[in-house]
Amino acid sequence: MNDLQVDEQGRMRHLLSLDGLAARHVQEILDTAEALLEVAARPVKSLPLLRGRTIANLFFEASTRTRSTFELAARRLSADVLNLDVGSSSAVKGESLLDTLRNLEAMHADMFVVRHVDSGAAHFFARHAAPGVSILNAGDGRHAHPTQALLDVFTIRRHKPDFGNLCVVVVGDLLHSRVARSQLRALSLLGTGEIRVVAPPTLIPEQIEAQGVRVFTDLDRACVDADVLIALRLQRERMRGPFLPSEREYFLRYGLTRERLAKARADCLVMHPGPMNRGIEIESAVADGPHSVILEQVANGIAVRMAVMAICLGNAGREGQA
Amino acid sequence: MFTRLVAEAQQLPTIGDRPPCLIGLHTGGVWVAEYLHRALEVGEPLGRMDPAFYRDDYGRIGLKLGMRENQLPWSIEDRRVILVDDVLHTGRTIRAALGALFDYGRPACVQLAVLIEREGRELPIRADAAGARVHLPAQQRVKLRGPEPLQLIHEAGA
Repeated sequence: MNDLQVDEQGRMRHLLSLDGLAARHVQEILDTAEALLEVAARPVKSLPLLRGRTIANLFFEASTRTRSTFELAARRLSADVLNLDVGSSSAVKGESLLDTLRNLEAMHADMFVVRHVDSGAAHFFARHAAPGVSILNAGDGRHAHPTQALLDVFTIRRHKPDFGNLCVVVVGDLLHSRVARSQLRALSLLGTGEIRVVAPPTLIPEQIEAQGVRVFTDLDRACVDADVLIALRLQRERMRGPFLPSEREYFLRYGLTRERLAKARADCLVMHPGPMNRGIEIESAVADGPHSVILEQVANGIAVRMAVMAICLGNAGREGQA
Repeated sequence: MFTRLVAEAQQLPTIGDRPPCLIGLHTGGVWVAEYLHRALEVGEPLGRMDPAFYRDDYGRIGLKLGMRENQLPWSIEDRRVILVDDVLHTGRTIRAALGALFDYGRPACVQLAVLIEREGRELPIRADAAGARVHLPAQQRVKLRGPEPLQLIHEAGA
């Protein structure tokens, strides 16, 4: 169902998931983001590219920060932005989703940025979207969060462009994390030399090895010679379940600490998708230390989201014309 | 052709004693600008610009592949700017470049230097310095290929 994302000429017109996209799509996004990064440093911090277009942020799951970065990305491209925080409830499904879409299309929105607690919500919108309308997945259930993964690989590429020789470690709740799913896909599309995943055995999805990753349960061992360490956010609501004993024990076994960072390569990058739980998945001294590129990730996230919007709307607009 | 371009560029009106800000437009224009930059012995670094984000055909054909980052290593405020491109044809690329340029400040003046000026303008834009002014059939395309060696390519249009 992912070929929904590209048109007959293979051009991207929605971004729903990195599954179904080719390496060249990812490269195109990263190259465009590289050209857009400099906009933030100009006297005039915006481009006229999407002047007269409307981008609707449709957040069925609250996330002020992610929504703000999409909003800023849209505004830097001169688009008009409509923010809709739709209450999340399991009753919001099927027909009512379709009604939401039709209503917003009637307002002539050109792109919908969708975040939803249910996996597949963005696909649902894309399947029903009118010609010329683009859908961007800003996180759906446990499924995918493609722009987060793209900004992560963009950040890595700006420091260490030779993915074939990189050893990247992803540590945290791999079972519930849509960020991790998208990250592993992005890293493998770019030909990352070695991808290691680390998690408590209860939080490792079955058959994850099939994605070409090496599974570790011991973070100390996984950190040896790492070029990049990515800590995932521990969703604390899951702590109450049967998955983990306590936050303290999680930190002792799976937290990014100075001692563990010392086992990695001297120029190792430390990354986190935010918001951080300091003292649980990452020690403050590491989060704020010289290896951390966590704040760069935030700035890069705006350029990457601008790139995806510019590419998808450019291709979708072509279709609306035909 | 390059000799003539350099000679005409040397005759461009100056403003004050400061050297001009030379900006090559990706990709062919950058190669011409690199040549001009050496020949004019401009004492400041060369600028590079990709005006694709300002093009008027985005709504029709989308974003072009292989975007390049703008590099303007000085402030253009109150400076003389020379935009450099390989071929001036419809003038739409230059319009886009002017749009991009003014988001970086207010230059004292903007001049245009191109290797080849041909007919077919769709906008009120002209070259201030040109290596050659040529008449070509409307369908014929001409572009610079490079960087080593630089070569003019003629293609008969469809």
